[in-house]
Amino acid sequence: MNQHLKTPALKPSRRLFLGGTAAGIAGLSLGFSIPVADAEAAEQAPEVNAWIVIKPDDSVIIRIARSEMGQGSLTGLAQLAAEELECDWSKVSTEFPTPGQNFARKRVWGNFSTGGSRGIRDSQEYVRQGGAAARMMLVQAAANRWNVPVSECKAANSVITHTPTGRTLTFGAVAEEAAKVTPPTSIVLKDPKDWTLIGKGVKRLDTLDKLTGKLIYGIDITLPGMLVAAVRDCPVQGGTLKSFDATKVADMRGVKKVVPVGKTGVAVIADTYWNAKTALEALPMDWDFGPNAKVSSASIHAELAGGLDASDAFVGVKTGDASGAIAGAAKTIEAVYSFPFQHHATMEPMNATALVTADKCEVWCPTQNGEAALQAAADASGLPLSACDVHKTILGGGFGRRGFSDYVGQAVTIAKQMPGVPVKLIWSREEDMAHGRYHPITQAKFKAGLDKDGNLVGMHMRISGQSIRASFTPGKPPEIDMGVFQGLNGAGAEGKFTYAIPNLLIDHAMRNTHLLPGYWRGVNLNQNAVYVESFMDELAHASGQDPLAFRRKMLTGKSRAVLDAVAERANYGKPPKGRFHGIAQIMGFGSYVAACAEVSVSPAGKLTIHKIVAATDCGYAVNPAQIERQIAGSFVYGLSAMIYGGLTIKDGAVVESNFDTYNVIRIDEMPEVECIVMPSGGFWGGVGEPTIAVAAPAVLNAIYNATGKRVRDLPLMNTSLKSA
Amino acid sequence: MIKFRVNGVDREVDVDPATPLLWVLRDSLHLTGTKFGCGIGQCGACTVHIDGEATRSCQMTAADLAGKSVTTIEGLADRGQLNKVQVAWLEGDVPQCGYCQSGMIMAVSALLKSNPKPSDEDIDATLTNICRCGTYNQIRAAIHAAANA
Repeated sequence: MNQHLKTPALKPSRRLFLGGTAAGIAGLSLGFSIPVADAEAAEQAPEVNAWIVIKPDDSVIIRIARSEMGQGSLTGLAQLAAEELECDWSKVSTEFPTPGQNFARKRVWGNFSTGGSRGIRDSQEYVRQGGAAARMMLVQAAANRWNVPVSECKAANSVITHTPTGRTLTFGAVAEEAAKVTPPTSIVLKDPKDWTLIGKGVKRLDTLDKLTGKLIYGIDITLPGMLVAAVRDCPVQGGTLKSFDATKVADMRGVKKVVPVGKTGVAVIADTYWNAKTALEALPMDWDFGPNAKVSSASIHAELAGGLDASDAFVGVKTGDASGAIAGAAKTIEAVYSFPFQHHATMEPMNATALVTADKCEVWCPTQNGEAALQAAADASGLPLSACDVHKTILGGGFGRRGFSDYVGQAVTIAKQMPGVPVKLIWSREEDMAHGRYHPITQAKFKAGLDKDGNLVGMHMRISGQSIRASFTPGKPPEIDMGVFQGLNGAGAEGKFTYAIPNLLIDHAMRNTHLLPGYWRGVNLNQNAVYVESFMDELAHASGQDPLAFRRKMLTGKSRAVLDAVAERANYGKPPKGRFHGIAQIMGFGSYVAACAEVSVSPAGKLTIHKIVAATDCGYAVNPAQIERQIAGSFVYGLSAMIYGGLTIKDGAVVESNFDTYNVIRIDEMPEVECIVMPSGGFWGGVGEPTIAVAAPAVLNAIYNATGKRVRDLPLMNTSLKSA
Repeated sequence: MIKFRVNGVDREVDVDPATPLLWVLRDSLHLTGTKFGCGIGQCGACTVHIDGEATRSCQMTAADLAGKSVTTIEGLADRGQLNKVQVAWLEGDVPQCGYCQSGMIMAVSALLKSNPKPSDEDIDATLTNICRCGTYNQIRAAIHAAANA
């Protein structure tokens, strides 16, 4: 298996970049080989299999295919492999194989895509098998050395013991021989009850360098002779750049070249970012803003509102006869909600560094989808995949935005016009805000019927608005996007509707705008949770029932269990004086989640979110400490968007341009978060996203209890909560 | 040529005097631990110490730097010994993506110098840096841990 590692392409990003300051890679020749001492040593260390490298000093390197953007799955995936490997956890470090290596080795590491809270749940089995296979090969190698049956040997804590004689060998001592052992064809994974590392809240493996400034993010890449580019793309999607006058900036400090970027943009390449940005701002540009130049928030709102009663809707969920049941109900309730465009606003703006020659293209970038970035590099360079590679860095936030590779394609397009010279493209925050892949904009209209006992007998939910799927085929939208029904589906791990309602109809009138939507942490579960969980509260209040009791009647199993758990822990219904509770639950990304928020609202309308109790049943909890951090983090992300996060569209462009106009929660607004991680076993649910969806509706329902105001349109900052 | 001190070493840079300190550090001195987040003094990812005071380096130009002493995240540890704030961050497993944490740590280490035992209210009033991953509760706990270290 070692022969695969003889190509120079496997450059483990982490160690590579740890030494990757200017001095550290001063010896770089432009032959796509970065001779850092550590990386050289790693290449000589034997790979037991694709997942596991063990050095003679017993240190263990676990290869991680998925991206790390703060969600912690780098550590969780390492725990999964180490559990089966039976290695000493204190000797573990990690590295990212490159997408080019994955391509060359027939996707031995599987899917690199990191989104949809799938990092662990979709790869846990083969990652554990990778660790187990390596352990079996190490034990076999030791048995061969001792000339004893393998059944007499066992591995624990990086040591193999021949049980009858007590002889021992360390993993490092037999790793080279283990690599030559035929890989096992049959692997039995440990029973979950025997796990010692999975389920333990161990600390992250990637913290230290984040505290000293040593960690090299994509934006920090420094290569010898590197230039820096600043770009401007047409602020209105669908528009084009008619012309620019490079002569006006050619003599400005540091400027090397001004280059077109496709038909829609222009970049200045200079010696430093500041010089590139300064020249870009001085560059005369003449735009054709195209057919969308008159689109506004109001025109989009009107178009979506038209979909609420339109006949062209696709039915996602149908049980019984909703309209008949509503018509015959003792009481009917209607409500219309809306959910705005929101921006990812990752802390690290989009960036990528590319080096293109006649026959090679190499990219360094933060990406949630290394293989898509590789494809983007191939497309933009015009070179075959085999001539390209992508070195993934740790991401300064992703949240779905970096699942798209537009900035990678741009960087390669720019660098191709500077052959043989590495060029780092950095987006300004303003460019980043103007060219997002926004949280889809939608509206929803409910009609529901209650019988004389307050039972929900029928409900119709009409969704009108964007389809993310449609954004992949602009101008040719699909008729159906089942993703729109996340959390509302009839069945399935990605979000099944948890309430038992005898007559239910949920349909979608697709209304796509020129602003492209994208995956945004929580995706479609976010608005669907706000819609359904707010409306459930409306129904409860309209029929004089407690919102918890009303929900419990229609819930069973895991959904009811998580809701009960938060209600009990939060002392639901008995908040401290002057404070009010609100609850919500949903199922999505394979997990069952609930929240109980405790808020107060001052007479002047100031909202304080004091505390949120959250519960998640994610099946198996690989690292409960990191899960708690993901829950609290998802709340900050979701509540920032709920309170502040709406984008305004004027003349076809996004108005909000930076954190002064697109505010987010800071520490002074951060609620206390109490987490109940309650894995019931038998399934693998996601962690990074599901809980985000219950934060906003729980808070909105608490606001109603505090003020009597039902907020149906977001962001909240547009609604006054002042006492009348 | 603009002369100033960075992490205890005298440096000279030849840049446009309007260049923000942030980009002097990152592009001229290759001290990339100081992060670019917004460029308008909002997010705090670029926080450094200038003559001991927490400052957003995107809001200070090279022209203003002459004769000043700048400490960046790379210079916070003392001869390889982590600063007590960094220790508290490590013990508390604070960072998620980590991108904002250089600025957070620099802001907090300056806060603890002027206010060794900050209350929650002091922290709320002083620490205006943005973290998009939402590590705020870990940060608050780590500040108190560092204050009591």
